[in-house]
Amino acid sequence: MHKLLETILIGISTGSIYALMSIALVLVWRSTRVVNFAQAGQAVLSTYIGFEIASRTEIFWLGLAFAIAAGALLGAGVDYFFMRVLFKHAVSGAAAVVAPVIATLGLLGLIRGVVGLIWGGEFKSIKAPASTDGFTIGETTIPFSALNLLVIGTVFSILIVLAIVFQRTNLGLSLRASAYAPEIAQLAGIKTARVRTIGWAIAGGVGGVAGMLVTSNNFLSPYSLDLLLVFGFIAAVIGGLESMVGSVVGALLLGITLTFILNYVGTSLVFIGGFVVLILVLLVKPDGIMAKGRARRA
Amino acid sequence: MSLNVSNLTVHHGAICAVNQVSLAVPTGKLAAIIGANGAGKTTLLRALSGLNQPTHGSVMWKGEKIVGLKPEVLVRRGISHVSEGKSVIPELTVKENLELGAIWRRNAKESKESIDHVVSIFPRLGERIQQRADTLSGGERQMLAIGRAIMSKPQLLLLDEPSLGLAPLVIEQIFQTIRDLTTSMNLTVLLVEQNAMGALQIADLGIVLNLGKVVAMNHAQVLINDPAVRAAYLGY
Amino acid sequence: MELWRKAGLAVRKKVAFFILIGWALLLIGDRVDELRVYQGAQIAMYTIALASIVLLTGYSGQVSLGNGAMMAVGGYAAALTLNNLGSPVWFAFLMAIVASALFGAFLGTAAARLSGPYLAGTTLALAVGLPEIANQFAFLGGVPGLLFDVGFPPARFGEEFSQYKWFFWIASFIALLALFITSNILQSRYGRTWRAIRSSPLAAELSGINSSRMKILAFTISSALAGLAGAVMAMTISLVAPGAYTLTLSFALVTGAVLAGVSSLPGVVFGALILVAIPEIADVVANRFGGGENLNNYLPSLIVSVLLILSVIFTPNGPGEKLRRHHHKKST
Repeated sequence: MHKLLETILIGISTGSIYALMSIALVLVWRSTRVVNFAQAGQAVLSTYIGFEIASRTEIFWLGLAFAIAAGALLGAGVDYFFMRVLFKHAVSGAAAVVAPVIATLGLLGLIRGVVGLIWGGEFKSIKAPASTDGFTIGETTIPFSALNLLVIGTVFSILIVLAIVFQRTNLGLSLRASAYAPEIAQLAGIKTARVRTIGWAIAGGVGGVAGMLVTSNNFLSPYSLDLLLVFGFIAAVIGGLESMVGSVVGALLLGITLTFILNYVGTSLVFIGGFVVLILVLLVKPDGIMAKGRARRA
Repeated sequence: MSLNVSNLTVHHGAICAVNQVSLAVPTGKLAAIIGANGAGKTTLLRALSGLNQPTHGSVMWKGEKIVGLKPEVLVRRGISHVSEGKSVIPELTVKENLELGAIWRRNAKESKESIDHVVSIFPRLGERIQQRADTLSGGERQMLAIGRAIMSKPQLLLLDEPSLGLAPLVIEQIFQTIRDLTTSMNLTVLLVEQNAMGALQIADLGIVLNLGKVVAMNHAQVLINDPAVRAAYLGY
Repeated sequence: MELWRKAGLAVRKKVAFFILIGWALLLIGDRVDELRVYQGAQIAMYTIALASIVLLTGYSGQVSLGNGAMMAVGGYAAALTLNNLGSPVWFAFLMAIVASALFGAFLGTAAARLSGPYLAGTTLALAVGLPEIANQFAFLGGVPGLLFDVGFPPARFGEEFSQYKWFFWIASFIALLALFITSNILQSRYGRTWRAIRSSPLAAELSGINSSRMKILAFTISSALAGLAGAVMAMTISLVAPGAYTLTLSFALVTGAVLAGVSSLPGVVFGALILVAIPEIADVVANRFGGGENLNNYLPSLIVSVLLILSVIFTPNGPGEKLRRHHHKKST
């Protein structure tokens, strides 16, 4: 009984971080029709910046703030300088299918390479803002810690803020309109290019949070967020790339499933488990669990 | 003349969709643009609203040149374009669709007043104000599209085939509403239509396009009585 | 001899061409130093690997990051066969092909309905995760990996014949054979069908082409090639370990293919040359800037990424395209 409960709780904690990454991916997908693989690179760079601040000031939250700012700037920068150039050179021929995907992958490698050049490959760690000891209830200690709770709290606060921004502000309306129907939004007077860049900035900031939260409990290296990218992608696919709510649900489900595998089967199969989930979803319900009828594909 | 188009040429790749078109529409008048499919009517509107870039020619609106400007700039200069068949965002609610038209004004009070104004013109929208736009019927969506265009308080209204796919009774209502709006809001209107009769009947001015060129331009009533036009477009 | 008689002129020309190249390589192998010979083996290996991408992405239009993982499958299959079954080397290579072809067929079946970013993301997941799997299972050798020792060159070649030269001979032979076969496949109706699927999926379906089956076939053959390349790589480094088949490898392969023209088979040699040259160039640059561990470790992948971005933006179909266009403009 205990094991089940703690599995679920930890699953939610892990899954909530995936949720951040998947939201960032969905946000960019909806506004630009590109899966931004470079998100892992952006997030890792933001996290290194956050790490620098956090380790100098010993304040995690300050580091987090800087990571968010760095992430937002990076996201906006990538859209403004990179994506716009990419789309200007419209591509035909064999590479048309391939170009945007490969471009973001190239960007991922580029950012990662720069990070490696500056900071090197050795593992760094950030002091966690809360205790990583499990809570004790009576006689038993469950592996769910204050840090896990903090993670869940942070993520859900961010989700609520995002939901409010999207549903209740003019900016959110502009973002949604530009993503659903860019031409109509333009004709309504919305500066869609600027709005898109803001979307990328938000995605970047969210990615920065994800990176900091993951690192609070793990080591930081130029490659440390690759797995997060993969799981965030899987979560986004589960939820259907079009739906932010879906990707959150997908992320939580994925987190719980993977934690189950971890606790009940063994570490060796965690990754395979995730991969199997991905394949299953793509085979059975390729538009994601939240899809209602006709989906918008690439 | 508030809208002055001279020698406008627009290409679709290699095809010349709009070929040296010149026309003028006085302030507050409704011009119906009719012609067969592929005559270039939609492309003409898209060039006027900034979605397509012309290859040659110029457009003067309120004394200023507007060729080459982006759609979002032209909206701020009073041009509203209701594009063919898809001017409504189905995933947003009626209210959100309307609000979209006024966001650029950055004035919440004005926006609310404008919504009230639109609802007074199209009461059906008021009834469904919180519903998602994909629950609306064809006619209601067209009303919503026009409503959104009005939200930005335009002076030039570009309408692309508002009657498309609608039942005759609804078409009558929409055309009548367009006529009323032209008068009440002192709009300059370009109404592109395949429903030539309906359009000419509410219009002041008529322009006939064929294969990208203007083949006739006159008072609407004159065109209605012109035998050639009648034979080709009005069916009798 | 029957085959020779039946074969058309084009095929005979091609066979002659390949034999000629093979002979030239033999001569070159005798004249250059150890390092170059070793690099020659690497180039041969990359050639095979890049051919797998040309087939999969350039022809059938499926963007996959999983070819590095397929190389791992081939490498491990070969090592396991060689070490545990005590079989001859050629059999180990054969098993590499078989294992990766099977895996490719499986992956292709799962991926047949995927397109664009979905496919890329899925194969990305594979590329990131496969080293993890290798780490977990003891029989796969864990982090240090398994040995892959093809043995010494036959005695009759004499004392002077080095190990690396032996690698070079084997790798080149396999590469030539693989390229010959692949070239034939790409020029056959299979190749044409793949290109039809890539450029206009709907039209292809309407013409009665079974896209799914063709895509799976592309995946299978591509994976077989990649697996073969993986086995050749294992031979040249005498080792299979997770660290040899990282995500960076998959990136490098995609880069090499895009640089050389993603749909151009002859281009793979060019791409392979670049891939082998980059670490050298990176070394020179790094030393110019004073060396340092970070520079050495990360500069090569940085260069690869920059090249990838530049080539995807400016010459997405390979430099050959720009040349062809220029030629066309001149003649019209």
